[in-house]
Amino acid sequence: MIAYIVRRVLYAIPILIGVNLITFVLFFVVNTPDDMARMHLGAKRVTPEAIDKWKQERGYDKDLLWNASAPGSAKFTDTIFYEKSLRLFAFDFGRAEDQRDIAHEIRTRMGPSLALAIPVFLVGLAVNITFALLMAFFRATYLDFWGVVLCVAMMSISTLFYIIGGQYLASKLLHLVPISGYAGGLDAAKFVILPVLIGVVSGIGSGSRWYRTIFLEEMGRDYVRTARAKGLAESVVLFRHVLKNAMIPILTGSVVVIPLLFMGSLLAESFFGIPGLGSYTLDAIQAQDFAVVRSMVFIGSLLYILGLLLTDLSYTLVDPRIRLE
Amino acid sequence: MTPVVLATDALLWLLVAAVVAYALYCRRRPHLAAPWKRVFRSKAAVVSAVVLGCYLVVGLADSLHYRAAGAVEVQSLLDRMLSVLRQKGEKTYSAPLATRLYSKEQIETPDGKYVRDFPRLRHGGAHLDEERDRVTDVVTRAALGLGSAGALWALVYFASRPLARRHPHVPWRAAWTTAGVILALAGPIASLAPHYHVLGTNQVGQDVLYLALKSIRTSLAIGTLTTLVLLPLGIALGVMAGYFKGWIDDAIQYLYTTLNSIPGVLLIAAAVLMMQVVIDRHPEWFPTAAQRADFRLLVLCAILGLTSWTGLARLLRGEALKLSQLEYIQAAHAFGVSDARILGRHILPNVAHIVIIAMVMDFSGLVLAEAVLSYVGVGVDPATTSFGTMINSARLEMAREPIVWWSLAAAFAFMFMLVLAANLFADAVRDGFDPRLSLGGALAV
Repeated sequence: MIAYIVRRVLYAIPILIGVNLITFVLFFVVNTPDDMARMHLGAKRVTPEAIDKWKQERGYDKDLLWNASAPGSAKFTDTIFYEKSLRLFAFDFGRAEDQRDIAHEIRTRMGPSLALAIPVFLVGLAVNITFALLMAFFRATYLDFWGVVLCVAMMSISTLFYIIGGQYLASKLLHLVPISGYAGGLDAAKFVILPVLIGVVSGIGSGSRWYRTIFLEEMGRDYVRTARAKGLAESVVLFRHVLKNAMIPILTGSVVVIPLLFMGSLLAESFFGIPGLGSYTLDAIQAQDFAVVRSMVFIGSLLYILGLLLTDLSYTLVDPRIRLE
Repeated sequence: MTPVVLATDALLWLLVAAVVAYALYCRRRPHLAAPWKRVFRSKAAVVSAVVLGCYLVVGLADSLHYRAAGAVEVQSLLDRMLSVLRQKGEKTYSAPLATRLYSKEQIETPDGKYVRDFPRLRHGGAHLDEERDRVTDVVTRAALGLGSAGALWALVYFASRPLARRHPHVPWRAAWTTAGVILALAGPIASLAPHYHVLGTNQVGQDVLYLALKSIRTSLAIGTLTTLVLLPLGIALGVMAGYFKGWIDDAIQYLYTTLNSIPGVLLIAAAVLMMQVVIDRHPEWFPTAAQRADFRLLVLCAILGLTSWTGLARLLRGEALKLSQLEYIQAAHAFGVSDARILGRHILPNVAHIVIIAMVMDFSGLVLAEAVLSYVGVGVDPATTSFGTMINSARLEMAREPIVWWSLAAAFAFMFMLVLAANLFADAVRDGFDPRLSLGGALAV
């Protein structure tokens, strides 16, 4: 087990290097720092001196991969690749366009992101499983049919409409909760409840349809027939036998997203003015702050790989038949 | 009049030609036509195919561009058909079927005084002498439209009867009903549109119905052109990984794990931002604004394709791995058939159903993704009309007092119908081609 984890962690290194190379190529080779400077300075103030000054302030005035003029190992370390890309491995993210420390921003914004993402994840899981179980219980009836139709219809609505519509209904029409904003501590609940509700509702369509297929697949197995043959009531079969076994694919399928909850939700956070990592990323994209986007890409892939590792481990935890080698 | 062929136009028509060629190819081969026959036995498939067909007609009419003699601007056939809507701009917001603007202004009365009131619209209902007549006028025109729609429906009905007799298994009644519902909606709208703004106007006074119809092409382009990049990559890499195994498999798996591990929106955002810089740096590549916007749309499709082939590749890898163990492939090996020939003759035809299912299932996800990406600011060019840009420019209207709901409602209705039809059609295709295959979450963009 330990050996397996170590091997998986080692396997993550080449992937992270690959991610690093892709972002490096995208951010520095496809576009030279000169282009970035020109774009940030705007059309009017572009002079060669201004570009040089901009690059120097941000440390972009070095060679890309190899600094031939520097002595010794500085040939490699005094380059953009080392300074801007490899430093990410040490969680040294540098500074954003407004000169704030990116690492500090990430630490402070993680809390609000999690305050929104964890309830959406947990409540969503519970709601989707409930709906899927209901549809599986009433399978091949009109209730099941219309349930699936409702799911497909809900899947066909863009998240943007859920957010805009939900915000309008709850905050404007019914005056229940504030439209946007955030406060620390327990006050956060007031601000978070509406985005959580919207997040859960917008996920019901695809989530419960998917779980329904898992339940139905599980209900076709032999042990279910045996349970029925023993004379167990349908509800007992469903809750005691099918639910437990179907939880294996459901749990292992959801584990992969747990680390990514840290990244927050791009849309919900920006619509509701929650100062989390999602809105941070969105602001950075819109302000074309490449240092922040680069850091978020790195963190995102790190968390995804962590999620894959957790998925593998969760298999052994919930299903004793599986051993990792 | 000189025809102008934009890059996305050419590719869209190429795709249409490819689909027609595929259909003709299938017709003569019963084993290829059989799954499609199964698909079109389902009512949901027929209904959604009719709806998608209507969207396709609008989208393709918008993909024939030309420049009128002496004009600078590039127009499409759809622009020409809707020129009444396009040229009848108002000053700002006006409600659906309104005769007056949505905000008060200083108006000069005939006797030289100034009052604050809602001014009459320049075009919407301008033909009415008395505004009291508006309701009667709208109802008469709608009824007339409904009448001609009924006539058109009868024409469609009798024209398709012979076809229906030849294909008795297709649920024609569902198709005719759908066509009837669509015509019953389109007829009154078409007869009202030249005289009113049926779906109102937006902040800068553009007709919302026109914008919604123009958005259809963008959605179709994103949903279909992306597959032009996605399919070659997904098929080639997936099948090769599964068939050759060994280091080729390792390399391809490494490639898609790496690409997959970058959060999708961020990768797309990074790539689009970078391409935007390239576009800004080379203004000389694009003689007109239309071409620049079109190039950006094409680039967006390419980027979406480059970031979303991994799901298909993983599926095909698994399938190719399974197939390469089967006896007939082993026999082909024993006979000394070359790898390229085995891949082309034996493996590819046997994974084709997965490719078709993946193609139709990806469509709706891509249409939804476009709206989100355009909202984030990394979607289509702001000058391109799309559902995303419509929602983006209308997002503050719900917070306005009094609220402006029609832009969002129009974008919602048009987009919902398109995505719903695409989802239902995709489900039917999956059931028709391979009822056992569960592609549930694997292909979510």
